[in-house]
Amino acid sequence: MRIALSITAICLAILAAWYVGAVGLNAKWERDQAARAGVEIGWADIIPATMSQERPVLPAPHQVAAEIWETTANKRITSKRSLVYHGWITLSATFLGFAMGVGLGILLAVGIVHNRAMDLSVMPWVISSQTIPILAIAPMIIVVLYNIGISGLVAKAAISAYLSFFPVVVGMVKGLRAPGGMQLDLMRTYNASAWQVFWKLRWPSSLPYLFASLKVAIAIALVGAIIGELPTGSQGGFGARMLNGSYYGQVLIIWSALFGAAICAALMVGAVGMVQRAVLGRMGQA
Amino acid sequence: MMSWVTVATAAWLGGWAVNILLARQTGRLTRLLMPAIFGISLVMIWEGLVRGLEVPAVILPAPSAISAAFASNLPVLWADFVQTVIRSVLPGYAMGCGLALLTAIAIDRSPFLQRGLLPMGNLAAALPIVGIAPIMVMWFGFDWHSKAAVVVVMCFFPMLVNAIEGLRMAEAIQRDLMRTYAAGYWQTLWKLRLPAAAPFIFNGLKICTTLALIGAIVAEFFGTPIVGMGFRISTEIGRMALDMVWAEIAVAALAGSAFYGCVTLTERTVTHWHPSIRGSL
Repeated sequence: MRIALSITAICLAILAAWYVGAVGLNAKWERDQAARAGVEIGWADIIPATMSQERPVLPAPHQVAAEIWETTANKRITSKRSLVYHGWITLSATFLGFAMGVGLGILLAVGIVHNRAMDLSVMPWVISSQTIPILAIAPMIIVVLYNIGISGLVAKAAISAYLSFFPVVVGMVKGLRAPGGMQLDLMRTYNASAWQVFWKLRWPSSLPYLFASLKVAIAIALVGAIIGELPTGSQGGFGARMLNGSYYGQVLIIWSALFGAAICAALMVGAVGMVQRAVLGRMGQA
Repeated sequence: MMSWVTVATAAWLGGWAVNILLARQTGRLTRLLMPAIFGISLVMIWEGLVRGLEVPAVILPAPSAISAAFASNLPVLWADFVQTVIRSVLPGYAMGCGLALLTAIAIDRSPFLQRGLLPMGNLAAALPIVGIAPIMVMWFGFDWHSKAAVVVVMCFFPMLVNAIEGLRMAEAIQRDLMRTYAAGYWQTLWKLRLPAAAPFIFNGLKICTTLALIGAIVAEFFGTPIVGMGFRISTEIGRMALDMVWAEIAVAALAGSAFYGCVTLTERTVTHWHPSIRGSL
């Protein structure tokens, strides 16, 4: 309850700061217009005018909200001007990439935990692979994959997969190694095979780590899909929407795509969190 | 032609066999040697397959072609490095992380603000913040200012969350000890709480190194002067000069790893007391 109060207060403060910022940043244009027309204008005229500019420096929150409402609720979802249409293009790549990345990550982690040679030789590369700004080379991956005949969805998903496999590997290696020596010894006294040790001890104890990683992975998979849409001038998606907005100076389109993406990210992280609570709750770990 | 494929297969099997043998050993040298052998055999497989299967250079250039492009374009690569890393990433990184740390200290006295900011910071750290790049380019122009601005915003939230979390780490008994010494707020902060928060702060700093590079390079896709790593990557793709693109990626990888390495080294000297580092020095 107190947390909700704090969050509400801070949200309101941000909203207020945003309005002040919108007035401050957009006022210059209004003044310029007035000076050009040779009219003297006061704050009483400037403030309402800054709230409804067509190409503001910083759009007011209600303008962004109206644009999002306009492009989600009032357009058919098959229309190219609908944010839902673009959102679905991005999200489908995100989900595919997320699934690929998580699968690959879990397999790699299982290999690393069970094979010492793999642990010592692959793990340092997994870690250093992330110091490379992979997002920056995403456009090249798209172009290369396009040249060998893979395009669109799968190419974007490949970038999402590359980004989301890393947190899963690191988290799962930690999680699969979480059972202590005593628990492993107990399994040995039961004469458990490696297979049984994995399914009955290592896998269940790694699940809390897995879910923590999944939350990071789904968020970063979305970022990967958006970046993947930037270079090829692809026909749809949040990234393409932002790029178009920036080419044509349509500020509201950029902002609504940005908020659409942010809302999707929050919803997906929230969904993973709910699955986490349900699964771990059933297992008695939450 | 087939011989190159054989070379690739031999490199794979050879590297694998050596590593399996080495895995039975323990010691520092093995820990350094094994990833090195893995990396070298990976490059050899790459070279062998590209030559053996005659992969066109517009799809995947061989490592030898990439290093040749790297060597013959050193001045261009250096100029791009200066524009992107020195001018955009480093100032943005310093400002973003510094600002986040100061914010964390400022709201540290108000549990009310902390309770609200921590979940919001966690949420914001998950949002696709790179999306603000086009907006920043509109606001601050094409030069490095807009890139630095993107970097500032991208670094801010992960750093803020880590710093707030870290400042909570000092235990009540330790704070009580400081009080018995009659230490003031600032003394307690400087001598107890900041050192106790250091592992978290460095965790944030390390996350931000990669984010900062990504932010700067991606922001260059939305408009740049005619220099910079992101600019070079997008134009060379347009010309299908993939060896140059890969050379630029090598620069990005080197810069990213060096940046990360520097932060890790600083962490080791500053938090030498922490259990995760104590044993390994």
